[in-house]
Amino acid sequence: MESNEPEQRDPDEPRGGTGTARFVARKLGGALTSLVLVVLLGFLLFRMIPGDPVATMTRERPTSPEQLAQLRERMGLDKPMFQQLLDYLAGLLRGDLGTSYVFNRPVAAMIGERVWPTILLVGTATVLAVLLGLWLGVRAAWRRNSMFDRVNTGLALTFWSTPQFWLGMMLLIATQGAFPSRGMRSPDAPSGFFMASLDVAHHLVLPCVTLLVVVYAQYMLVMRSSLLEEMHSEYLTTARAKGLRDDLVRRRHAVPNALLPTITLIFLQFGMVVSGTVTVEKVFSWPGLGLLTYDALWGPDLPLLQGVFVILAGSVVLMNLLAELLYRVLDPRVRAS
Amino acid sequence: MRVTGRRRGRAAVAAAATSLMVAGPLVLPAQAQDETVLRVALVQEIDHLNPFTASFASSTMIGRMTWEFLTLPSAEDTSPTGGVAESWQASEDGLTWTFAIREGMTWSDGEPVTAEDAAFTFNRIMDDPKAAEANGSYVTNFASVTAPDERTLVIETKEPQSSMTALDVPIVPEHVWSGVEDMSASRTDEVDIVGVGDGPFLITEFRRNELVRLKANPDYWRGRAQIDELQFVSFKNPAAAVNALRNGEVDFVNRLTPVQFDALKGDPNIQTNQAVGRRYRDLLINHGARNLDRQPIGDGHPALEDIRVRRAIAMAIQPRELVDKVSGGYAQVGGGVVPAIFEKYHWEPGEQGRYGFDPAAAEALLDEAGYRMGPDGVRVGPGGKPLELRLLGRSSEDYAQRAAEYVSSWLGDVGIRVNPNLVSDNEVNELSSGGEYDLAFSGWGTSPDPDYVLSLHTCANLPVASGSSSSPALFCDDEYDRLYQQQRAELDPDKRAGIVHRAQQRYYEQIPSVVLQYDNALEAYRSDKFAEFPKQPAGTGQIMEQSGYWGFYGATPAEPATGDGGGDDGGGIGTGGWIAIGGGVLVVLVVGGVALSRRGKSVEDRE
Repeated sequence: MESNEPEQRDPDEPRGGTGTARFVARKLGGALTSLVLVVLLGFLLFRMIPGDPVATMTRERPTSPEQLAQLRERMGLDKPMFQQLLDYLAGLLRGDLGTSYVFNRPVAAMIGERVWPTILLVGTATVLAVLLGLWLGVRAAWRRNSMFDRVNTGLALTFWSTPQFWLGMMLLIATQGAFPSRGMRSPDAPSGFFMASLDVAHHLVLPCVTLLVVVYAQYMLVMRSSLLEEMHSEYLTTARAKGLRDDLVRRRHAVPNALLPTITLIFLQFGMVVSGTVTVEKVFSWPGLGLLTYDALWGPDLPLLQGVFVILAGSVVLMNLLAELLYRVLDPRVRAS
Repeated sequence: MRVTGRRRGRAAVAAAATSLMVAGPLVLPAQAQDETVLRVALVQEIDHLNPFTASFASSTMIGRMTWEFLTLPSAEDTSPTGGVAESWQASEDGLTWTFAIREGMTWSDGEPVTAEDAAFTFNRIMDDPKAAEANGSYVTNFASVTAPDERTLVIETKEPQSSMTALDVPIVPEHVWSGVEDMSASRTDEVDIVGVGDGPFLITEFRRNELVRLKANPDYWRGRAQIDELQFVSFKNPAAAVNALRNGEVDFVNRLTPVQFDALKGDPNIQTNQAVGRRYRDLLINHGARNLDRQPIGDGHPALEDIRVRRAIAMAIQPRELVDKVSGGYAQVGGGVVPAIFEKYHWEPGEQGRYGFDPAAAEALLDEAGYRMGPDGVRVGPGGKPLELRLLGRSSEDYAQRAAEYVSSWLGDVGIRVNPNLVSDNEVNELSSGGEYDLAFSGWGTSPDPDYVLSLHTCANLPVASGSSSSPALFCDDEYDRLYQQQRAELDPDKRAGIVHRAQQRYYEQIPSVVLQYDNALEAYRSDKFAEFPKQPAGTGQIMEQSGYWGFYGATPAEPATGDGGGDDGGGIGTGGWIAIGGGVLVVLVVGGVALSRRGKSVEDRE
C-alpha cells in the first residue's frame, strides 16, 4: 500500500512523506471511531446500572413527592431516553459533559480539578517504575540465571500479583505515621511554593510506592526478555571483538535495540494506569480521577460517570495512538514495511 | 564541556538537597501553634455546604454547626430546646405557631438575627423549588410564614403538626441569601456566602474532597466554644482513618466497625465511645407489595401475604443471636421502629406480646397455614409451590453476608428454604422499592421526632408507578395510618407518645418487617488531646452525628501533658516526615552520585 512512495521528497517534510501522512490519517480515523463508540457505549452502559439515582440520593431523607419530581426534572430524567442521548451529544459537542446529579457542578470542571493529582501520581510512579524496571531488567538479562536475576524476577512476579489495596494498607500500617494517611496536602499546608511542594511530595510517597511496586515488574520483565533476544545478535559479538568493555557493549549497543518494546508498553500502560488508580486513590484518599470514578459509581451519578468514562477511555485511545505513531518513528523496520 | 556540565548538575543536586534538609527544621516553629484544633475524620463526601441543597449527613452536620435552628433537640434527652427562638406557643386549634426570636443574636458579619431571617428562610423553601431540595419536606404542611415584627415569627399550618419544634432547617441571614438568585449555583458553596453564620462555628475554608475548616464563633450566643478550630478532613478509606487516629493525624473517628472498635480499645491515648444508635435494622417481609394506586407490584412469594407465615418467620429467628454473633454485641435487640435512644417514643412489646424464639410454634403455624412439610425438608404450599424464599441483602455489608447465613439456617430448620441474594446497594434499592424480593435486610436512620420514621410506613409512602419512593417496608394499613395522623395532630407530648407507641405496636403485630436491632454508634477520640465531649443523650449517646452541635461545641481540651513539647500538634510535616524526606533525599543522592560517577568513568574509558 505504501510501496509506491515517491522517490522525490519534499525537503520540509519529515521522513516518510505522504506515506506517513496517510498512516497518521488512518490511525487518527481509527482513534476517532473508537472515541465515538466510547461515547455511545458509555451512555447506554450506565443506563443499565440498576438503581434509580433520585431514590438513591434521597434515601433515608424526608423527601416530599414534589421534591422527587423537582429532582427528576433537574436531572433530565423525566425526558425519554432518546432525548437524553441527543441532549448529551449536543452538550458534548460544545465541550459540556453535563452537570453532576449529586454535586450539581459541571462535570468538566470536576474532572479538570482531579486530572492533575492523578497525572502527578501516575506520572511520578510511571517514571520511577520505568527507570527501576529498565535498570533491573537490563541487569537481570545481562546476568541471566544468576542469583540477582532469579531473585529479581521472582520479586517482580510476586509484586505484580500483589493486591494494591492490601499493599497500600500494609505500607500505611508499617510506616507508623511517618507519611500522611490521606490526601495530597496537609490540612494546615505550609505556605510558599517550595514548602507546599514538599508537603505534596511527602503525601505522594506512599501512594506512589504502592503504584510503583506493582507496575515496575512488567517493565522489568519486558526489558529482560527483549534484551535476552538481542544478546545472541552478531553485532554484539562484533562490538566485543572490537575490544569494548562489557558494560559499554550493553549500554551502547544492546540496550537501545531492546528498548523498543518497552517504550510501546510505557505508552500503552500509561493509559491503563490512569484508570487503574481507583484502588490506590481510595486507599490514600488521593483526590484524583480514580476517586472521582468511585464517587460517581456510588450515586450512580450518571453524568459524572459518563464524563469520567469518556475521559479515561479517551486517554487510553490517545495513548494507543501515540504508541503506534511513536513506534513508526522509532523503528525503521516498521516504516519500511 | 560535557564533563563540567555534569559537575555543575551534581553540585546543583547536592545544593538543593542540603538546602532542603536545612530549611526543613526551620519551618517547624512557625507552624507550632497554641490554638486547639479538633481534627475529625470525615468518611463521607460533602455534596454541598449551601444549607438549601446540602443533603449528605456530613454536610448537614456542618450546617448545624454554622447556622442556628429555630429550636433544636437538647443534649440531655433530645427534648426541644431554644435556638433562634427563645420560646414558642401553639394556638388552641393547633394551626398557628408563634415563635419569640432571641434578643441580641448577631450574624458573624455584625448584622442582627431577626424574625425576618427566619421568615425569609422558610418562604424561600416554600416558593423556590431549588431551595426546597434538602428541606422541602418540612414545609409541605405550611400555609404561611410571616414576621410581624423583628422578634416574632408566625407560622400557619394547614393541619395541626406536632413536629413543629423539630424543624431541622438551618436559619440563614436574609441579607446574604436574598441576593442569591440561583440556589443551585456552585458559588453558593463558597465561603463568601456560607461563611456568614450564627452557630458555634463558622466556615472559613472549603477545599473540596480535602477539608472543611471552621473557626469558633467568638460572638456565639451560648458562649464561645472551648476549642479554636474544627477541621473535617476527608478520608475515603475508613481503615486509613483509624490508622490516622492512632498516629495522631486526626483526633476523632466515627462509624467504626466492631473489629476496629475492639482494636482501638487497648490504646492508652485513645478513648472509645459505644453509644446507643439512631438506626434500626430490620428484616423486610414482602407481604404483598402494592404501589400508590394499590395495584400489586413485584414478585413476592404469595405465602408471605398470610400473617401466620410472617409470624412463623418472626418466631423462627433469634435477633439476640444476631446481636451477639454478627454485631459483636454492639447493638440492642429491637422492638418498635423508634430506637431505644429516644426513650419517650420508643416502644417494646411486653413479654406476652413478643415473638419469642419458638421453632415448634412456628412449625405449628406453618402447618395451620397449609404449608405441609415435604419429603426434602421443604414445606409445600396449597398450590404445590415449595416454600422457598429469596433473601435480599447488600453485598457491601458484612452484616448482610453473615446474618444471611443465620437466617437461612433458622428458617431452614422449620422447613422454609432461603436463598440469599446479595447484590450492590443500588440493586437492593431498586429491587426492594419495586417489591421484587421475599425477605430483605434493610434499616433506617431516625430522628428525635418520631414523625418522620412513622411516616415512612404510611400508605402515602408506597411507590408511585413512575418511579420509586423511599418507603422501606411497603406497608399500608388503615389502622396504622389513622394512628399516624392522630399523633401528628396531637400537640400534648405525653398523649402523643401514647399514640406513637400504639402505632408501633400495630406495625409489630402486622409484621411487614421484623425490627432486629438498633446498632450502636462506635466512635473513638484522642484522649491525650481531648478530655470530654458532651453526648446526646447525656451519658449513653453519641458525640458526632447528633441532632445538634453539642458534641463538638462542648469539646474540652485535655490538660497539656507534662514533659511533652507537642511540637507536632500544629500539623504540617511531622518529625517522622522530615526523617523520611531526609532519607529519601539521601537515597536520591547516593543513587544519583553512583550513577554519575559510573557514567564519568565510562566516558573516560571511551575517550
